[in-house]
Amino acid sequence: MTLDLLRALASYVLTGAGLGFYLAGTLGLLRFPDTFSRLHALTKADNLGLGMLALGLAFQAQTWAEVAKLALIWALALLAAGTVAQLVSRSALVRGGR
Amino acid sequence: MAVFDLALCALILLAATAAVAGPGMFRAVVFFVVYGVLIALSWVRLGMPDVALAEAAIGAGLTGILLLGAVGRLARAGADEPEAPRIDWPVALATVAVAALLVWAVLSIAPGPGLAPQVAGMLPRTGVENPVTAVLLNLRAWDTLLESVVLLAALIGLWPLARGGAWLEPAGPLHHALPEGVLAGFGKLLPPVALLVGVYLVWAGASQPGGAFQGGTVLAAAGVLCIMAGLVRAPGMAEPLWRFALLVGPALFLALGVAGLVSGGFLVFPQALAKGIILVIEMFLTLSIAVTLALMVLGPPESGAAQ
Amino acid sequence: MTLYAVTGALLVALGLYGLIAARALLRRVVAFNVVGSGVFLMFGALGWHAGQADPVPQALIITGIVVALSASALAVGLVVAHARATGSQVLEDDAR
Repeated sequence: MTLDLLRALASYVLTGAGLGFYLAGTLGLLRFPDTFSRLHALTKADNLGLGMLALGLAFQAQTWAEVAKLALIWALALLAAGTVAQLVSRSALVRGGR
Repeated sequence: MAVFDLALCALILLAATAAVAGPGMFRAVVFFVVYGVLIALSWVRLGMPDVALAEAAIGAGLTGILLLGAVGRLARAGADEPEAPRIDWPVALATVAVAALLVWAVLSIAPGPGLAPQVAGMLPRTGVENPVTAVLLNLRAWDTLLESVVLLAALIGLWPLARGGAWLEPAGPLHHALPEGVLAGFGKLLPPVALLVGVYLVWAGASQPGGAFQGGTVLAAAGVLCIMAGLVRAPGMAEPLWRFALLVGPALFLALGVAGLVSGGFLVFPQALAKGIILVIEMFLTLSIAVTLALMVLGPPESGAAQ
Repeated sequence: MTLYAVTGALLVALGLYGLIAARALLRRVVAFNVVGSGVFLMFGALGWHAGQADPVPQALIITGIVVALSASALAVGLVVAHARATGSQVLEDDAR
């Protein structure tokens, strides 16, 4: 198995797994009854899906600079998602949960 | 790849329909932000990364913040939301006719060679390697100068709408983020990264996708975040330093354009100095764009006497 | 690519419907933005020749996006001021 084939395989497997996690998160968003359980599904599944997607794309990168940029995107998206989830849940708590 | 394009266009149309005709104002704005991100994706598919950056940052990001802030302000003003929109059939028929006309026009346009060869021919004389930056800041610098003045005019048009007529107060509504909370932490963590990314976008715009507008928008968003997190007080119109920051970009651009009269005409940059001139213009233009966009998105002052 | 140009044309029509028929003023601002980005999509997609993107439409579209934001900001300021003055999100002519 050549290195290129291994890289392509790793990319496909990781990206596919990431998409699977995103699908699971979306399913949770649509089917769960209230805000908190929906946030739970979104943060857990989507963040893991993002990590797998970034890792799968990193295998396709040509230089280490591209890998570093992908890592930065992953870190920023993670930070933003975590902050937003905290803010939404606090506002839902104040409003009485819906 | 055609399947991906079809799916993307279908999603774009669905998101736009939900934004324009769906029930609930908050829901419509959220779908508008999703629509903006999908449009940015379509710019990538069309091979236009500079436009994709601008659309994602300005079209989806800043416009989304603007509209969400507006929804909040309307709720606080006690304006009731009108009941769910019902379809207006005469207008719908008319717009279907317009759609048919436009689609027929699009399909019957015979594509010409475009201006890409001419721009590529002039590229070595413009001082930059990115053709879009060359067009924006050298070949069509007049449009960009007018655009920076339009931004300023829109901001000036916004200030008289201050609540209670107190237009010298700090911009935007009062923010009440917890001082040790999550938003404050995010506001402390993000601005250094945003500064790096914004300056990098402006610098890289000379030879790769990027530019003054994209970088300025990232800086403006970081500024709005700091103000929303309560870490920095919003600037007011009376402070001379902020007035200087608003004016320095367009003024310098205009001055360098007039100085070009010496070497051939208004906004004509001599080839030897072109790279330096464009760099200086971009630096100060980014500063002005960042401050103007941040103040526009924050809105007119609201801490005046309550009505 | 023609598919994106056709999508842009449909978006212009969709936004036009929202601009005329919507009653809430903020929805009209959203529809105005949809019309704007539809026009940009038409313009940009028609400038795509044989795998190479034309730089002049790109520069004009970037200018257009920024100007559309400034117009939206001014429009939103006016809508909020109107709502504070009259207490309603709808113009009097449209309130039926």
